[in-house]
Amino acid sequence: MLPIGIIAPDFKLHSTPDQKLELSELRDRKVILIFYPADWSPVCDDQLTLYNEMGKYFARHNAQLIGISVDSKWSHLAFIENRKFHFPLLSDFEPKGEVARLYEVYDAKTGECKRALYLIDEDGTIRWSYQSPVGINPGADGILSALEQIDNLKTVNQ
Amino acid sequence: MNALIPAVNSKDHIAGKPGALIELVEYGDYECPYCGRAYPIVKYIQQNLGNDIKFVFRNFPLSKIHPHAFSAAVATEAASQQNRFWEMHDIIFENQKTLDPDDILLFARSVGLDPARFKNDIEQKALTEKVEMDFESGIRSGVNRTPTFFINGEKFEGDWTDYHLLEYLKSILARVPSL
Repeated sequence: MLPIGIIAPDFKLHSTPDQKLELSELRDRKVILIFYPADWSPVCDDQLTLYNEMGKYFARHNAQLIGISVDSKWSHLAFIENRKFHFPLLSDFEPKGEVARLYEVYDAKTGECKRALYLIDEDGTIRWSYQSPVGINPGADGILSALEQIDNLKTVNQ
Repeated sequence: MNALIPAVNSKDHIAGKPGALIELVEYGDYECPYCGRAYPIVKYIQQNLGNDIKFVFRNFPLSKIHPHAFSAAVATEAASQQNRFWEMHDIIFENQKTLDPDDILLFARSVGLDPARFKNDIEQKALTEKVEMDFESGIRSGVNRTPTFFINGEKFEGDWTDYHLLEYLKSILARVPSL
């Protein structure tokens, strides 16, 4: 995993078949980056379904959720429609896993992303990260605590 | 190990004796098929363990994939206003494929609720907030799917299907020194 405190490396990936999203476009918001192994797989499904319910909680902290896997933009499109996800899934498809490698969460053995979370603040700095065993859904308590800590700190400093 | 936050308290729906040795908490979604499968399993456990168990149900509706889950949860809270929480909880799980507003109203009548009061109560903001509070407590407690169980305040990561949960609870009871 990349260290806490550095600027999150920028990237640009397909968010829909005809649109690309660049991380730097999201300055002024916090970004929760979710690297996950595969669309349609049981644990990823539970994990993303849970985060999908949390829009209100993430919005309170001015945070945007983004999923990333090596699946194609067409798989993402179908997965989003089927599961009614309200956040983008980015396709780290070609060159395969390039962004996951950049964030040190690529599993070369399986050819998939590891299950990892990065929390990036409004200035683009990595503030928190977590890697979960591939078979374990990390839930959302860690993300929520990290978001609260960042915002509380901000209040103290003002 | 994730701990239950907050601990079971007076706002919870509790079935069983307060002093029971085992406190089983379920975070569940009324439209979730896995929770539907867990429902008779929990009933069987309650029958089997009798006074040794108290059971608590907290709402964890996954509304984006289960469009009826939230309103069903509110309906049980409204039933609770007329002291029929568990009756409503049961009838909803027993009919979880038909949870449209008309169905819910039918359930309300058949468990003996005053329909006018029920209709009024399901519009109350306080009940919506109760369901949301349950959901948020689940997030903080590390709930990551439904159902998620907590046993005596700690998240249960094992297999709850078939007789596995009952056997596990029995093994806890077996370790309790007899008084």
